[in-house]
Amino acid sequence: MNLLGKLTLDAVPLHEPIIMGTVGCVGAVILAVLAWVTVKGYVPYLWREWITSVDHKRIGVMYLLLALIMLVRGFADGIMMRTQQAVAVGGAQGYLPPEHFDQIFSAHGVIMIFFVAMPLVIGLMNFAVPLQLGVRDVAFPTMNSISFWLTASGVLLTNVSLAVGEFAKTGWFAYPPLSELQFSPGVGVDYYLWSLQISGIGTLLSGVNFVTTILKVRAPGMGYMRMPVFCWTALASNLLMVAAFPVLTALFAMLLLDRYLGFHFFTVDAGGNAMMYVNLFWIWGHPEVYILVLPAFGVFSEVAATFSGKSLFGYRSMVLATMAICVLSYTVWLHHFFTMGASASVNAFFGITSMIIGVPTGVKVFNWLFTMYGGRVRFTVPVLWLIGFMVSFVFGGLTGVLLALPPVDWQVHNTVFLVAHFHHVIIPGVLFGCMAGYNYWFPKAFGFKLDERWGKAAFWCWFIGFHLAFMPLYVTGLMGMPRRMQHTDVAAWQPLLWVAAAGAVVILAGIVCQIVQIVVSIRNREQLRDTTGDPWGGRTLEWATASPPPAWNFAVQPRVNEIDAFWTRKQRVLARQELPARQHKYEPIEVPKNTPTGVVTAFFAVIAGFALIWHIWWMAGAGVLGVAATLLAFMFRVHDEVEISAEQVGTFDRAHPIEVTP
Amino acid sequence: MRYGSLTALLLLAATLGGCDGGVLDPKGPIALAERQILFNATGIMLAIVIPVVIATLGVAFWFRASNERATYRPNFVYSGRVEMLVWSIPLMTVLLTGIVAWIGSYDLDPPKPIASPSKAIKVQAVSLDWKWLFIYPELGIASVNHLTIPAGTPVSFELTSSGVMNSFFVPQLAGQIYTMAGMVTRLNLRADHSGTYRGMSANFSGDGFADMYFNVDAVTPDGFAKWVAATRSGGPVLDAASYAALVKPSKAVAPFTYRSVTDGLFAGVVNAVSQPVAGLCVPYPKSMRAER
Repeated sequence: MNLLGKLTLDAVPLHEPIIMGTVGCVGAVILAVLAWVTVKGYVPYLWREWITSVDHKRIGVMYLLLALIMLVRGFADGIMMRTQQAVAVGGAQGYLPPEHFDQIFSAHGVIMIFFVAMPLVIGLMNFAVPLQLGVRDVAFPTMNSISFWLTASGVLLTNVSLAVGEFAKTGWFAYPPLSELQFSPGVGVDYYLWSLQISGIGTLLSGVNFVTTILKVRAPGMGYMRMPVFCWTALASNLLMVAAFPVLTALFAMLLLDRYLGFHFFTVDAGGNAMMYVNLFWIWGHPEVYILVLPAFGVFSEVAATFSGKSLFGYRSMVLATMAICVLSYTVWLHHFFTMGASASVNAFFGITSMIIGVPTGVKVFNWLFTMYGGRVRFTVPVLWLIGFMVSFVFGGLTGVLLALPPVDWQVHNTVFLVAHFHHVIIPGVLFGCMAGYNYWFPKAFGFKLDERWGKAAFWCWFIGFHLAFMPLYVTGLMGMPRRMQHTDVAAWQPLLWVAAAGAVVILAGIVCQIVQIVVSIRNREQLRDTTGDPWGGRTLEWATASPPPAWNFAVQPRVNEIDAFWTRKQRVLARQELPARQHKYEPIEVPKNTPTGVVTAFFAVIAGFALIWHIWWMAGAGVLGVAATLLAFMFRVHDEVEISAEQVGTFDRAHPIEVTP
Repeated sequence: MRYGSLTALLLLAATLGGCDGGVLDPKGPIALAERQILFNATGIMLAIVIPVVIATLGVAFWFRASNERATYRPNFVYSGRVEMLVWSIPLMTVLLTGIVAWIGSYDLDPPKPIASPSKAIKVQAVSLDWKWLFIYPELGIASVNHLTIPAGTPVSFELTSSGVMNSFFVPQLAGQIYTMAGMVTRLNLRADHSGTYRGMSANFSGDGFADMYFNVDAVTPDGFAKWVAATRSGGPVLDAASYAALVKPSKAVAPFTYRSVTDGLFAGVVNAVSQPVAGLCVPYPKSMRAER
């Protein structure tokens, strides 16, 4: 028996200069960072304060860091696709052979959806939801840490596939029969499946955690209709996660059974049926779109209200629209395959339900508009992302309704028109929203604002670059260009493909601006310092504590009597022309104790995943046992909380008075 | 922001200005009707979307914090009338486009035969790794990576796949439809004018996918008769043995024809998919197929 399963030295693509060069550079950067951290003696600090942290704010920050690093990876894939398609026209084959190009577009989709968009929204929810609810943590802090580290495990496995073996060559949804053993005998699809199985468990746990938190852990007095809208959108998003991710897990389990144990769920022979996979995939896949975009809508609502100096217009309408989208998102999945040959009545039904989702979405756009109406709009960086989103997203919605019309869908499905459409909703919707949230909550997380000028430059590059990159794809799509073409013989598409490639370069400039923004902001942090805890004139409770907040969030549990709790409290204080009474009676606070459970579980999960991908059975067994042992050890812990003394709470609180400014 | 919308509009205008060979340049009744739906729906929605974009920019600009003349109304946070309006505008739009969707789905349903005085010719299409096989069951001939049809006569397709899923797509003639192993999908189209139109697989199917395109030659009825005669006069025979050779993966295959085809080959492909496992391969029950 071979102790290393299918793994041999041949798995490392030494003959591929592009891959090896990338692996070498990334490896060098990782080694340099590790060396720097070790030499500077930061390891104990990182271990104690971050890696083992169960503080929702720190976990949120780590999610965002993970997402931003993966954004660079996913973008690198994207710009390679755009340049390859621009050059590989006529007889030219470009610089990426099919077996490499096919991995790139699959990895791009997987990374952008699962390892950029998901960690971005989950990171923002982690950071902001407990603060907005006026509580000290999420319902299950250790589970939160496990969620994060399992997501990181999936990220690691996906990226390991670059150096050892290969990634899926099937597209990001890995439709069978192509993803079955018969047509994809390599380890690529196994990397895809195990990465997403492991990170998917993390996402499901996250969903359970946040649904519980929002339903059961809120500040006294905060009824449902007093929750900030971001918390509502987070609730909707996490309800969808809890309902949708098990479908994906079960689906991938079936494909794994096909691939590992010779089952026939989706094979072409023995009664397998790939249509079932396609259905189940999109029963997860369409709600997933709303898992991503609803929290982004929530951020936009917070940003619109804060920077217009007004409450959100039509709060009840917004809540209703959010929950309507949450429910309706389960009734539309078939619009991803109108071309499968379903009957006219099935197509018509799902076409119309898909359009109906446009109604609550449209309501939201109007409500943001009326929030600004009669306000005092400050054009900060988050507001630029908001307005950029609004003017762009409505066109993305327009092409979405076009795709919901079965006769139009038959003509543009699977073409780059479709690619342009979903980037048109995901980039202005999800990414712009998360960027607005990142700029909005950064001062709360780190105690200083991000640089405005570089932030605005980043916005303009992203905004212009996005349109330059994707508008031409609508046109080539209408000209009949399918997606995922490694090369093409049609010369007429080339000029537009060059424009699209140029757009990708402008987006690159946007990413560079964002990196510069953070470097400049750290350097100028003293000038950008937020000493008040409320740098924007905020309305919700996260601004009612210090920036950055202490581990216990609030020295004294806030009480909530109305919507926009912090804003109304400030108004009352101003009306009475007096400062709030600050003779609190402080009490000791229990906070959950840090634990390495998350990171150790994830370590063993990576071992198990890697071993399963390469059929190293003994190691897979060891990995699974390791996970079980770690969780058992955690269950038998004696102390799980640390007490912060009343004195310590008081000292911190007095040192960080929350000033009330008009 | 304005650059973006401007770019979008300019590009849209450039598109509408006409570009050869795509969805916007239809050459048959089905593609023509589909384009009309595309235009109608776009028009209906632009009537809402453009004012919304202008209003967004206008409101944001007028109510900027530095504008002394704008009235600050912090209590304007609810208005029943506005709510009524913001729910009904998208609702009305969706009502209109929903009707378009309903009618379009039935009228242009791919399996629906095209009403025509001339009898439709039948073509059975099989997607293989990575080429297309077109069988003319009534004529007993077949071609690979090339489709010849008479202009003005409806063509009725039955489609399947030897293994991996593909999508049969000739944008200038009709929308696409998937080809799936063990199942039959149907599509009807007609070319109104003679000409050569580009066809392809639109659904990614592996390494050779980019070369999985073919030309559709729509020729006069006379020309078609001549082509049939010429095809019958030479070339290999498509039987179980030559199909087994054809089904092996190959890329960028030059078009060629078969002078005759074994009866029932297509049904055989549907029932015994590509590489059957001995003893496990069972014919699909009728009810599981996509055909109706």
